[in-house]
Amino acid sequence: MMAVSLAHYLTVSAILLVLGVFGIFLNRKNVIVILMSVELMLLAVNLNLVAFSAALNDLTGQVFTMFILTVAAAEAAIGLAIVVIYFRNRGTIEVEDISTLKG
Amino acid sequence: MIAALAFYAFAAILIASAVMVVTARNPVHAVLFLILAFFNAAGLFLIAGAEFLAMILVIVYVGAVAVLFLFVVMMLDIDFAQLREGFQRYAPFGAVIGGILLIELFMAVTVWRFAPEAATLRLNPNPEGVTNAEALGRILYTDYIYLFQAAGLILLVAMIGAIVLTLRDRPGTRRQDIAAQVSRSGSVSVRRVPLGAGLKEIGIERPPSPEETAPKPIEHHHGGHH
Repeated sequence: MMAVSLAHYLTVSAILLVLGVFGIFLNRKNVIVILMSVELMLLAVNLNLVAFSAALNDLTGQVFTMFILTVAAAEAAIGLAIVVIYFRNRGTIEVEDISTLKG
Repeated sequence: MIAALAFYAFAAILIASAVMVVTARNPVHAVLFLILAFFNAAGLFLIAGAEFLAMILVIVYVGAVAVLFLFVVMMLDIDFAQLREGFQRYAPFGAVIGGILLIELFMAVTVWRFAPEAATLRLNPNPEGVTNAEALGRILYTDYIYLFQAAGLILLVAMIGAIVLTLRDRPGTRRQDIAAQVSRSGSVSVRRVPLGAGLKEIGIERPPSPEETAPKPIEHHHGGHH
C-alpha cells in the first residue's frame, strides 16, 4: 500500500496544473515559455493518472500516461519547429504579432 | 515514513521549480528549471510505483524535449527583455484565473470518492511478482497494440513534419549533384599509362578548368548546326 495517500498526489498535480495556466497568462508574449507551461500542465495530468493507477492498483493509467508522453513529445517538436520558421520569417516570436491569418 | 519524506521533498522542489519556470527572467534558466521539475516528477512516479514511466520521463523529457527547448532558446536570437513587457500587467489577471481554477480543483478533490464497485471494475490489475516494466509490456503489446502503433505513427508524422517545416534551400550552398556526376562525359577518359611510371614521370592529371571547358560545348553546338 502507498505510504503517501492519493490526496497528496492530487494536490500536487492540481497546483502544477494551475501553475501551467498561470504561466500562459504571465508570459503572453513568449511562445517558448507558453510551450513550457503546456508541458507542465501535461506533466500534472500524467501525475494524476499515475497516482490513480497506483491507488487503484490498475495499470491502465500508466499505459495512458505513456501515450500522453508520446503526444507531448510530438507536440513539443512540431511547436518548436513552427517557432523556428516563424522566427526565421518575421524575426520575432511575439504572440501578439502572429496575426497574419487575421483569425 | 521515508517514502513520505521523499514525497514531500520531491513535491516541494517540483512546485518550486515549476514556479521558477513560469517566472524566470532568462528563458535558459526556465528550461533548466523545467528539467529539474521533470526529474522531481520522475521521483514522484517512482514513489507511486511507476518505475518504467519514471525512467521514460527522464529519457524522453529530460533527454529529448527539454534539450530541444534549450536548443531553440539558445539558437534563436530573441530580445527576451522586450518579450517580458506586460509581465506585471497580465499577472493579476492570470492570478485571478489561476486562483479560481485552484479553488475549483480543491473543491473537486475534497468531495470526490471512489465508487463502491471501483475495485472490481479494474481493467488491468497489477500482477503480483512481476516488475513494472514487464507488467506494462504484457498489456501494451497485446491489448493496446493498435494504440501503440498509432503512437509510433504520431511520432513519425511529427518527425517528418518538423523536418519539412524547418528544411530550406539556401542560395549559395554546394550540394552533390549525382545526376550531373554520372552523366558527365568528355572530361572523363580511360588512358593507357606506361607500366612502372609514377607520378614523377607522368605528372598529375588535372581536369581542364571550368573557364576553358565552359565555352567548348557551345562552340561545338554551333558547329554542329552550321
